[in-house]
Amino acid sequence: MAEATDPVTQTALLTTADGRPLKTALAEAQAKARRRAFLLVVPLILFVIMTFLIPIGYMLKRSFEHDGFASSAPAMVAWFAANPDFDPTNPPEEAYAALVSDLARMQVEKTTGMAGTRINYSVPGTISLFKGGARAAKNLTPPFKEALLAVDAEWGRPALWRGMQSASHVYTAEFYLVASDRKLTDDGWARGGDKERIYLYLFFKTFLISGIITFLCLLLAFPVAHLLATLPMAKSSLLMIFVLLPFWTSLLVRTTSWIALLQEQGVANDLLVALGLITEEGRLTMMYNMTGTIVAMTHVLLPFMILPLYSVMKVIPPSYARAARSLGATSWTTFRRVYLPQTLPGIAAGSLLVFILAVGYYITPALVGGADGQLISNLISFHMSKSNWSLAAAIAAMLLASILLLYWLYDRLVGIDRLKFG
Amino acid sequence: MAAETRNDAFVAFERVQKSYDGVTLVVKDLNLSIGKGEFLTMLGPSGSGKTTCLMMLAGFETATNGEIRLDGQPINQVPPHKRGIGMVFQNYALFPHMTVGENLAFPLEVRGMGKSDRDDKVKRALDMVQMFSFINRRPAQLSGGQQQRIALARALVFDPKLVLMDEPLGALDKQLREHMQFEIKHLHERLGITVVYVTHDQGEALTMSDRVAVFNDGRIQQLATPSDLYERPENSFVAQFIGENNKLPGTIEELSGDKALVRLQTGELIDATPVNVKQKGAATLVSIRPERVEFKPEMMPPGAHMIDAEVLEIIYMGDILRAVLRVAGSDEFVMKMRNTLGQTKLVPGQKIKVGWHPQDARALDP
Ligand SMILES: Nc1ncnc2c1ncn2[C@@H]1O[C@H](COP(=O)(O)OP(=O)(O)OP(=O)(O)O)[C@@H](O)[C@H]1O
Ligand SMILES: [Mg+2]
Repeated sequence: MAEATDPVTQTALLTTADGRPLKTALAEAQAKARRRAFLLVVPLILFVIMTFLIPIGYMLKRSFEHDGFASSAPAMVAWFAANPDFDPTNPPEEAYAALVSDLARMQVEKTTGMAGTRINYSVPGTISLFKGGARAAKNLTPPFKEALLAVDAEWGRPALWRGMQSASHVYTAEFYLVASDRKLTDDGWARGGDKERIYLYLFFKTFLISGIITFLCLLLAFPVAHLLATLPMAKSSLLMIFVLLPFWTSLLVRTTSWIALLQEQGVANDLLVALGLITEEGRLTMMYNMTGTIVAMTHVLLPFMILPLYSVMKVIPPSYARAARSLGATSWTTFRRVYLPQTLPGIAAGSLLVFILAVGYYITPALVGGADGQLISNLISFHMSKSNWSLAAAIAAMLLASILLLYWLYDRLVGIDRLKFG
Repeated sequence: MAAETRNDAFVAFERVQKSYDGVTLVVKDLNLSIGKGEFLTMLGPSGSGKTTCLMMLAGFETATNGEIRLDGQPINQVPPHKRGIGMVFQNYALFPHMTVGENLAFPLEVRGMGKSDRDDKVKRALDMVQMFSFINRRPAQLSGGQQQRIALARALVFDPKLVLMDEPLGALDKQLREHMQFEIKHLHERLGITVVYVTHDQGEALTMSDRVAVFNDGRIQQLATPSDLYERPENSFVAQFIGENNKLPGTIEELSGDKALVRLQTGELIDATPVNVKQKGAATLVSIRPERVEFKPEMMPPGAHMIDAEVLEIIYMGDILRAVLRVAGSDEFVMKMRNTLGQTKLVPGQKIKVGWHPQDARALDP
């Protein structure tokens, strides 16, 4: 579509009546109009900045920032700054002296938990170590190395020293490593064992479930949107109300209805038992697992697929299908070759919308997902509830980045300007 | 007045009725037969059922009653894609996601034609409408007239025996329309296809068709050649619908064979040809074409009646002069005069006498 159909005429040096170059005059006139238009959107821009850009910026900052250790261990911070190249397998006596003095100070200032939590992200199991160390610290006497190792041999672990060194900086990329299932071992950062790969697995699962939901939505929405677009006005309005009804119902009500329907003692199972399709013992588990999440979310997100599809289908004149038929195409060929390609912008828009919404969905999986149907946003929420702000922010930022990446890919493959949201 | 259904007709509608809602008949008792190679136009006001007839022929609507035959075979049960009828739509209906070439290849592809044959035919069809250089464009990159040509080429590329066109030129401007009329007519003659053409535009119908079916109210009012239609309308609807007409209401004073004497409501007597009036004393509407009105006695046949007229207005229209006259109490009587060098100059207010050959005045149903 790039080739120009009309030759662009070169307006070399046109001038206005009073002799000014036409281009300048035009630019001035347009600048004025633009300034006025800009004033109109200033409130909106401010609103977006305050409620969207600033929080996201803050979140991104938090994902790189944690001062739990840096602020409560000044002696260690100073020592690490002076000895950046120390040997973590065998830290010298001064390092232990600084550590003991900081531990004593934490005990007084009650910052042990904060510091321990920070180290705990990269080296799991260190909170209790810090608690014990801080309690013992004020009674320790030099040489501090032997004294501290006598309290707990764990204090000599290279991983711990590496962790403390990196935690002595307020800004760090460690949370992204943690959110990618990496942890600090005695030899540096490494992948966790198979059982510990929770984050990437959950990312993968979230994308997979979102993909399934998007596909199901498309399958269900296509005929409905087609009906909406082709039925006579009175009937299609009624159908549209049914489509929009979920929008007007509280999300909680909708989700709990699904619980009532699908739980083990619920309507669907009762019906299947009554029909003799399953036995009383063989009641299906359709709730509090992945199935529940998929079913309920497909329902909740269906309108977001139907509406863009509908808006595209509504403007496809029936004469295209008629033309195809008159040219000799069967109804299936007509659908495949003529109708479907013209609905692609709607399919693309609906799928993108549903997929992105599904990837970030929280309430429905939280209510009906059980242990197995949780998505990445539920994990973000979990970390937020535990005040692990930086880790939650890092996961959220990764989610955001992957969605942006997806959007970019989409733009490359489909072309965002071809999308039609309604 | 439907034509007799011929057995050798290529397309035949027999007692076809159509109702969309089960209450009103949109097409009432349609009988029409179209010969092979004929260019037949359906002309009529909006809502008269032209598109409906075309859709029944194409297979997108089913006849509520009656039978439609194509080449001797009843096609009521044949699905549209098996009828092999080419169709040109008013909005062209070119597939927007395909290039011009793909659009044309589509009917060949679904018929399972091989690629090289396909390319060959597409090229020939595009050459036929002088659009080969546009083969890689998309429909959105073409002007209305160009799209029209492509639509035409697409409807013809698979060599259909019958082509239906529903107001194919409706969206074009006047000049382009006239040009395309000529081209379509030309293609029709060259390819020997049968064309059923629907239009609102009587000029188009008259210039292009072998025969014109004038539709009104779900019926064919007259089916005739363009000249018959224009010169010998069979009822007052046709007379009024085709071209400009002066209407003079009156009653039959004398009726003998193909001559009638009509007394107008204002008392004057005029000559007319009886068309669908049956007896003396019947009310009638006499219609006379403006260009057949004479005001020079020497142009009139001997014994013809002339009546008084007053010139109200002279409108200069370039090739002709249009005189609006007061005749028999009507202020809307129009006379057209050729704008020649020697033409008599009439001025408003002037009193003249007008008359016409009896065969140009047709006494129709009131
Ligand atoms: N799908 C339909 N459902 C119900 N009524 C219809 C339908 N299509 C057409 N009609 C009615 O049938 C009548 C004839 O319509 P049709 O489209 O055949 O007219 P037409 O002669 O083609 O008019 P136009 O010149 O405006 O295209 C109209 O009164 C119209 O309202
Ligand atoms: Mg029509």
